[in-house]
Amino acid sequence: MTSLLFLLIATLALAGFALGRRRVLASARGGIGERVARPHSLPGYYGWYVALWSGLPGLAVALAWLAFSSPTLDRLTLFGVMGDAPRRGSAEQALFMNDVRNVAYGRAESSDAAVLAAARRFVALRERGVVATTAAALVASLVGAALALRRVAPDFAARVAIEGVVRRALMGSSALAVLVTAGIVFSLIFETARFFAKISPVAFLFGLEWSPQTAIRADQVGSSGAFGAVPIFAGTLMITVIAMLVAVPIGLLSAIHMTFYASPRFRNVAKPALEMLAGVPTVVYGFFAALMVAPVIRSAGEAMGLSVASESALAAGLVMGVMIIPFISSLADDAISAVPLSLRDGSYGLGATRSETIRHVIVPAALPGIAGGVLLAVSRAIGETMIVVMAAGLAANLTANPLEAVTTVTVQIVALLTGDQEFDSAKTLSAFALGLVLFAATLLLNVVALRIVQRYREKYD
Amino acid sequence: MRARLVGRRAAERRFRLAGAAAIGLAIASLAVLLVSIAWNGLSAFRTTEIRLDVDLAPQALGLPDGLSAADLPAALPGADYRGPLRAALEALFPDATDRRMRRDLSALLSRGASEDVQRALEKNPALLGRRVSLWLPADDEVDLARKGGIARAVPESERRLSDDQLGWIDALRAEGRLRSVFNWRFLTSGDSREPELAGLWGALAGSFLTLVVCLVIVFPLGISAAVYLEEFAPRGRWTDLIEVNINNLAAVPSIVFGLLGLAVFLDVASLPRSTPVVGGMTLALMTLPTIIIAGRAAIQAVPPSIREAARGLGASPLQVVTHHVLPLALPGILTGTIIGMGRALGETAPLLMIGMVAFIVDVPHRFTDAATALPVQIFLWADSPERAFVEKTSGAILVLLGFLVLMNAAAIALRRRFERRW
Repeated sequence: MTSLLFLLIATLALAGFALGRRRVLASARGGIGERVARPHSLPGYYGWYVALWSGLPGLAVALAWLAFSSPTLDRLTLFGVMGDAPRRGSAEQALFMNDVRNVAYGRAESSDAAVLAAARRFVALRERGVVATTAAALVASLVGAALALRRVAPDFAARVAIEGVVRRALMGSSALAVLVTAGIVFSLIFETARFFAKISPVAFLFGLEWSPQTAIRADQVGSSGAFGAVPIFAGTLMITVIAMLVAVPIGLLSAIHMTFYASPRFRNVAKPALEMLAGVPTVVYGFFAALMVAPVIRSAGEAMGLSVASESALAAGLVMGVMIIPFISSLADDAISAVPLSLRDGSYGLGATRSETIRHVIVPAALPGIAGGVLLAVSRAIGETMIVVMAAGLAANLTANPLEAVTTVTVQIVALLTGDQEFDSAKTLSAFALGLVLFAATLLLNVVALRIVQRYREKYD
Repeated sequence: MRARLVGRRAAERRFRLAGAAAIGLAIASLAVLLVSIAWNGLSAFRTTEIRLDVDLAPQALGLPDGLSAADLPAALPGADYRGPLRAALEALFPDATDRRMRRDLSALLSRGASEDVQRALEKNPALLGRRVSLWLPADDEVDLARKGGIARAVPESERRLSDDQLGWIDALRAEGRLRSVFNWRFLTSGDSREPELAGLWGALAGSFLTLVVCLVIVFPLGISAAVYLEEFAPRGRWTDLIEVNINNLAAVPSIVFGLLGLAVFLDVASLPRSTPVVGGMTLALMTLPTIIIAGRAAIQAVPPSIREAARGLGASPLQVVTHHVLPLALPGILTGTIIGMGRALGETAPLLMIGMVAFIVDVPHRFTDAATALPVQIFLWADSPERAFVEKTSGAILVLLGFLVLMNAAAIALRRRFERRW
């Protein structure tokens, strides 16, 4: 039905285009083939003007139907069968409406009288809605086309009008970026507020025990419901530190070697190889960590007499470090290349070796850029999901031992939201609270990184 | 002084070596990763089949006597295929006497063998009543044994295959009734709980549909935003805000976009879970900043002289963009889009958040069918306990990496072919 409606609107718009174009050509002709007035724009623009004025109102009606029909139909149906339908408890209501919809669309059958009655009403309402929407769309298109056609005249600046519409559309799509950020912040804050209504923020941010079991029934055993997130933050921090300990030395030394010591042939091989490290999907890294790195670490540890968990923080941290190497390497490369040649040449001129120049002149000069790069890499490590979901543990464990299993913020978010808890419970809402913390932390790191680079960067020449 | 020089030269050499070692370590990690995945995964493309002589008598299949050719297609799905298959196996190995041995014998064959016999009958109904020799899929443990994955030295109680079963497998191989073929099922069938029947086609279709939705949304929006920010936006607070937002969004972890998709698309808008529509929209939000940044870079690369020449000939600002700047910037924009789509293909976390964790057997055909995506399928298989799924997961990773290599190669080829040096 919707595709038919869109087709109808498109046909009307096409007809409008043809009419508008013909109209301006006709009025520009006037008498017996002699030009009366020269149109302001090319004829096609007049066609587009009428097409837009007829297509956009119809489209708006159709989109309104698509967006609002579902909840409106639900509400009107429930309003009509008030006596029989389950009332309070949004979950029960949602289930009831689900049954009603399944029966109405012929996907399932039901023996419940209330459901059948509601389904009949739903179908009737929907049919009326479809007819009303089609009529409204048609009327809107025709009225729009008529109004536009009246404006079409040789002295009407159609091109300017069209370009104004296009420019506003372009501006709208760039405003979308702001809308997305606002959407993220708003949805996270909304759900987090619902969470903080059940659990106090202080208990969440500073509590030391994370065991998010909430009771499904009143008498359920094991529903301690402790929501202290400190072990999770500690786990995230530990894995990030291990990853940085791997990535920063290797990335920095790689960047330095490729800039100062490597031959062009070596660089042509090494640079694409490092970029390939960045292109491997993180789920592949996670599989590699879980299947190959963790057992190796485990057997190595047991050979040395240490007890290593099968999901040790070391395995996840090492692989995450490997994933971040190209990130740091390319950012450090940019920072080092930004240091002007004159400093390098001056140092050589004073008799320093290459390594002394790098250590005493180049790296200190490039340090703000490198530090900014490291902070950005930390932000990436904190937000990384798949490696830790597959290689790190699920139980919150407050420890400083990298051989034990810890859990991170992203693992908990995935575990809480892919389980089967009701959406209102504190358990699933805590996932949004963790998400907000994650978003705020990465945002803060990015802002600080940018600020450091801007403030401390030396302005040479 | 000379001693100090020697020391300094030594330090120089150590530093240089350290740098080379660092690069070597990074490349070695990549090599270990790729080689270990390939080592495990290449065998996923071959599977084992057993040749059995199956008696397709109507009585053995449980079909009523005197069935006409018109009624046959309706009756075939309900027929009993395990009976004739079991009989065929027991005919080969009459020494399987007690119940446990007979169960072990029939466990050598995959559950999917029944469907293969049914399909053979549907294709050629004349086979009914004859005794045919068919190549049928073997169970995943047999496949593992043929690939050398079962350690025979280990005591029987710790093995997945008993001594009898291993003996039967050797006998089948000696008689030429065991063969290894290319595993077409891996690429053409949907997911399954049985490793030997599990395939990627459902995941590939789901990924394709999701990426189509993502592309259709992100390409027009991203290019429009890039054009506006580069050509028309006035310098001011609003423009700065938009730019800052785009740069921040590019650095937001992908799971946060999954949370946004969950909260807005699934809860507020009540769109169906785990469908390519919602997955594509969530991935579009995630890829949008990348496309905008790539688009801006491509548009910036077009020299101002082109714009000024067009204005000089009387074009309006919008005409300059649509007739001159965009066509010239298009190769760069397309390259950036292909690379962005490649990244979106490998993303798992946002899709997990919008519900694509379910076990989907059917292959999705419409944008509103429940679907899974290739990286999510890898994630799900990695969790499966059967050992044969390790091989399948590695094989799926090889397929994913293959697609990524293809897309990146296309992007590089595009850039090399159409890039202009101004």
